[in-house]
Amino acid sequence: MGRIGVIFKRELIGYFATPIAAVFIIIFLMLAGAFTFYLGDFFARGQSDLIPFFDFHPWLYLVLIPALAMRLWAEERRGGTIELLFTLPVTLWEAVVGKFLAAWCFTGIALALTFPMWVTVNILGEPDNGVILASYLGSFLMAGGFMAIGSCMSALTKNQVIAFVISVVVGLGFVLSGFSMVLDLFSGWAPQFFVELISSFSFLTHFNALSRGVVDLRDLVYFLSLIGFWLFATALMLEWKKAE
Amino acid sequence: MEKTVDAMVELRQLRKTFGPIVAVEDVSFTVGRGEVLGFLGPNGAGKSTTMKMITGFLTPTKGTVTVNGFDIWKQPLEAKKSLGYLPEGAPAYGEMTPLSFLMFIGEMRGFRGTELYRRVSVTMEKVNLGGVAHQPIDTLSKGFKRRVGLAQAILHDPSVLILDEPTDGLDPNQKHEVRGLIKTMAQEKAIILSTHVLEEVHAVCTRAMIIAKGKVITDGTPGELEARSRYHNAVILRLRGAFTDGVQTTLEGLPGVERAEALDGTAPEYRIIPRDGQPIIGAVSQCVHRQNWDVAELSVEHGHLDEVFRSLTMPAQALT
Repeated sequence: MGRIGVIFKRELIGYFATPIAAVFIIIFLMLAGAFTFYLGDFFARGQSDLIPFFDFHPWLYLVLIPALAMRLWAEERRGGTIELLFTLPVTLWEAVVGKFLAAWCFTGIALALTFPMWVTVNILGEPDNGVILASYLGSFLMAGGFMAIGSCMSALTKNQVIAFVISVVVGLGFVLSGFSMVLDLFSGWAPQFFVELISSFSFLTHFNALSRGVVDLRDLVYFLSLIGFWLFATALMLEWKKAE
Repeated sequence: MEKTVDAMVELRQLRKTFGPIVAVEDVSFTVGRGEVLGFLGPNGAGKSTTMKMITGFLTPTKGTVTVNGFDIWKQPLEAKKSLGYLPEGAPAYGEMTPLSFLMFIGEMRGFRGTELYRRVSVTMEKVNLGGVAHQPIDTLSKGFKRRVGLAQAILHDPSVLILDEPTDGLDPNQKHEVRGLIKTMAQEKAIILSTHVLEEVHAVCTRAMIIAKGKVITDGTPGELEARSRYHNAVILRLRGAFTDGVQTTLEGLPGVERAEALDGTAPEYRIIPRDGQPIIGAVSQCVHRQNWDVAELSVEHGHLDEVFRSLTMPAQALT
């Protein structure tokens, strides 16, 4: 196990050593369920798929993931442990990746615990399990995107509230840029390629593609490079603001 | 104790600015094996900033630091391997227990399996953490937290130890314990520690350095530092009975005596201050015999570190 692995393990165990794990998972599962059944009309639709379930994930993540991410670096800095961490024989990059992977993996655990939805829909009908699997993959990748943004904002400030608010706003930008309402604002006057560019930056565009069951390499590359970009920005922020 | 001269830590023209503020200005020194260097200085003098640059946490604006022959910026991983650091306030992950925290530090330092367990248990024994091994660090007292911080710093038996205020906030017994621990490690290591407590310099340091406004003002043994005090070689004379006139004048008439001051108190007590720090105890004791005074106490002072500290770090203000 390398140093990334050691940090990953410590962080992941840390979630479960505090009430964060229980609170996050319970709230996530409750909201996911409530949205699916009440807003998504899961039963009334009479279709055996999980579209009403996955449709709400961007909105759930938009609020819940910044709440999880805001402590990533802000807490290390406030508690002074950042000094401890970076005077150990570890590179900045290893620490950034290790902490991010643990947080991402934690959201993965929360997501995996929604499996009763999948069981339910399989009992009630005969859904396309390939589509559901692709949707889970898309949802997990999107969670990583939100988490990477949150990681960067957490490195930016010692204040967790500010980190949370900025993460939500930036995340909202990445969600809304795929909305037809937002795109209509541009399509009237801006050139087509510009509208497509905005839309191609959206979580929704790529998440929707995956949740239709089409696993396109471009969508995977999009999410992974987005995560890479924000983690790189996290490292820059840490290097820049370490002394504060 | 034999001193070896190999430099374990070397600072060359180290400088750090935060915007317009110069925190550390051209600091250069070396610390060798067997040395315990005490960093003294008022708050904000640049002690912590210097330590943060030695440990590679802060990037210097200018200058270099080498630890055990490795440049902390060019070969950070190698340099950090031989470095143990207790940051100010002994930060630790509060939700972890001392045991799990030290296991984490050990793993980060590359120890695995039985070697990891051995190191952790030996270190916990050294700093007396056994009783609280399974309690979350957040729930521990200040003294225990400080010991957890010390434990993580010495876990890998580093050849260089940097301790930022290792005894701050500890009670006298805990201070004594920590100092004892530092002393036992001193022979094979190069240790730099910062402190506000001047008695600590006497207790553990082989060398003392006063820093003010980012600059090194003095660098020498604690004894040399004391010799700079105007109370160095001063004599305290306490007599039995009531105050009598003429004692002070008689004392001030002795050769080599600058002045004699009466100290507050119920008994007649005088501090006799020598001219240029020369020894005057001989002259004073002869005088005592001649005058046939009833002496309760007669002693030589080595000097007052706090007075030296004040005079060096607040030069503008007149001494009281």
